[in-house]
Amino acid sequence: MTTLVEPHVQRPAGSPDPAGAARRHRRGPALRWRIVVVGLLTVFATYFLLPVYWLVVASTKSTDQLFGSFGLWFSEPRLLDNLRNVLTYDDGIYLRWVVNSVLYAGVGSVVATLIAAMAGYALAKYRFRGREALFNVILAGVLIPGTALALPLYLMVSKVGLANTYWAVLLPSVVSPFGVYLCRIYAATAVPDSLLESARIDGASERRIFATLALRLMTPALVTVFLFQFVGIWNNYFLPLVMLSDPSLYPITLGLTSWQSFAGRQPDLHQLTVGGALLSVLPLMVAIVVLQRFWRGGLTEGSVKA
Amino acid sequence: MRTRRSDRTAAAGFLAPFVLLFAAFFVLPIGYAIYQSLLRVERSGPLGLGGSHTVFAGLSNYRAALTDSTFLDSIARVLLFAAVQVPVMIALATALALLLDAAAARGVRFFRTAYFLPYGVPGVIASILWGFLYVPGVSPIVDLLDSAGLTVNLLDSGSVLWAIANIVTWEFAGYNMLVIVAQLKAINSELYEAAQIDGANAWQVIRYVKLPLVRPAIVLTTVFTIIGTLQLFAEPLVLRPVSTAINTSYTPNLAAYTQAFANNNYSLASAQAVILAVAACVLSFGFLRLVGRKGDDR
Repeated sequence: MTTLVEPHVQRPAGSPDPAGAARRHRRGPALRWRIVVVGLLTVFATYFLLPVYWLVVASTKSTDQLFGSFGLWFSEPRLLDNLRNVLTYDDGIYLRWVVNSVLYAGVGSVVATLIAAMAGYALAKYRFRGREALFNVILAGVLIPGTALALPLYLMVSKVGLANTYWAVLLPSVVSPFGVYLCRIYAATAVPDSLLESARIDGASERRIFATLALRLMTPALVTVFLFQFVGIWNNYFLPLVMLSDPSLYPITLGLTSWQSFAGRQPDLHQLTVGGALLSVLPLMVAIVVLQRFWRGGLTEGSVKA
Repeated sequence: MRTRRSDRTAAAGFLAPFVLLFAAFFVLPIGYAIYQSLLRVERSGPLGLGGSHTVFAGLSNYRAALTDSTFLDSIARVLLFAAVQVPVMIALATALALLLDAAAARGVRFFRTAYFLPYGVPGVIASILWGFLYVPGVSPIVDLLDSAGLTVNLLDSGSVLWAIANIVTWEFAGYNMLVIVAQLKAINSELYEAAQIDGANAWQVIRYVKLPLVRPAIVLTTVFTIIGTLQLFAEPLVLRPVSTAINTSYTPNLAAYTQAFANNNYSLASAQAVILAVAACVLSFGFLRLVGRKGDDR
């Protein structure tokens, strides 16, 4: 914000204030400008929140009302019944999908963050031949479209008999070139060389220095890498779609689209899809609101140096 | 920092897990896709029932892909899509970031969160949601337009590509905005004061101070948007049941998926995946070179 703080001078009441008159004159356009800005912000907020609002309203309706009533207002709400149906349909397969999603995204992003932290730290703090070349190869990895890799990965994974297993989704998910990039840039400034030297003089091993000193100093970047990887895996669709054929291994994304694709023949699945979508979207939205500052902090590091 | 033997050992230890996994799940698949794309399965006997064997096919899969009019259509479609989507996305993200920057402190948190919220919605679920908002009979939008006397079909062949563009914009504009906001926050406020002393108005500050300084963030988001739009897959796949305008090779990714899993033609699918990856690299590196050269001129 271009806050121009004008020096405020107290004047005796009643004395002429030519500067004040001029300021009042200028306040007209400033106020109008403020109204325009807030108005535009509100219009955009409506756009981004409308589908979420629709989802909340739709998840309270019966299948009949979903198609038979106005979409932006409640009609015969029965949210709890709907959610119970979502959770119990097909022997509670939905909960199984939730567990799978948490497993893929949770385990995948923790491991990915740790591995990226080690690699980024090594690239930032040790000098060795080929360091820049290696870093450039990893950077190129950021630019490779993930979906172009999924198909050959499927062929490779099925050769070794791992297709249609948890490993098929989990293993490719622990590689985050973007994470290495972010960790290197962050470690370069956040972990001072002098601190490493004095730890070495004190006789600490390299591994111990990393585990006790570096990891703690890199924490803000690690949280950001973790969050992005978590959302990336949680939202991923192509990889599990290609890898998995057994519905009991599906993550939520794949499960819900399977319901949606059967809904043409089985209309009740429309309502299940809507209710399932609501349940799956809520936790991540809460996380986004609660963890706001980490989304911001890490992105600065990533973009400033790019 | 000195180069020491112990340094090399320690660095190798720290790098080993990532490098191994990167090789296995990034480098190897690329190599495997290229290898696979050079092969062809030949079947023998009547109706091809006498068994099959794999033979080297040279570039014939690439020739097949690049002479297949439906695949070429799909490429043309995503290029058209990207030509509209990328500028709209970046302009919107930049505008949102500048608006947030211009607004008073109160309320900014709410708006920023509201814009970023869709990033937490998986693309397929966003597509399911918007799908309901497009289908006549369910969609309140279509209902409202109808009662206003406007009959629209958001899912016919003329509209559905832009209906998809809307979904993609909704999902990622807030994320891109956040990258730009982060960079705006990093601008030294002394620059604003200097501009103010020089008598610059709000527009001039935007034009001559803010936009040049957030350029790296805009470049970054543009590259990721280019790569993302070329990979278009989940949105058209999810909308397919409700739109007859989307065929099984609507986008290059969808075409490759269909070749692999409906037609079992892995070699052609691999060739298509390689073509897509090369196109993404050419366009994103091309863009980086273009802006890099412009940057040097300054």
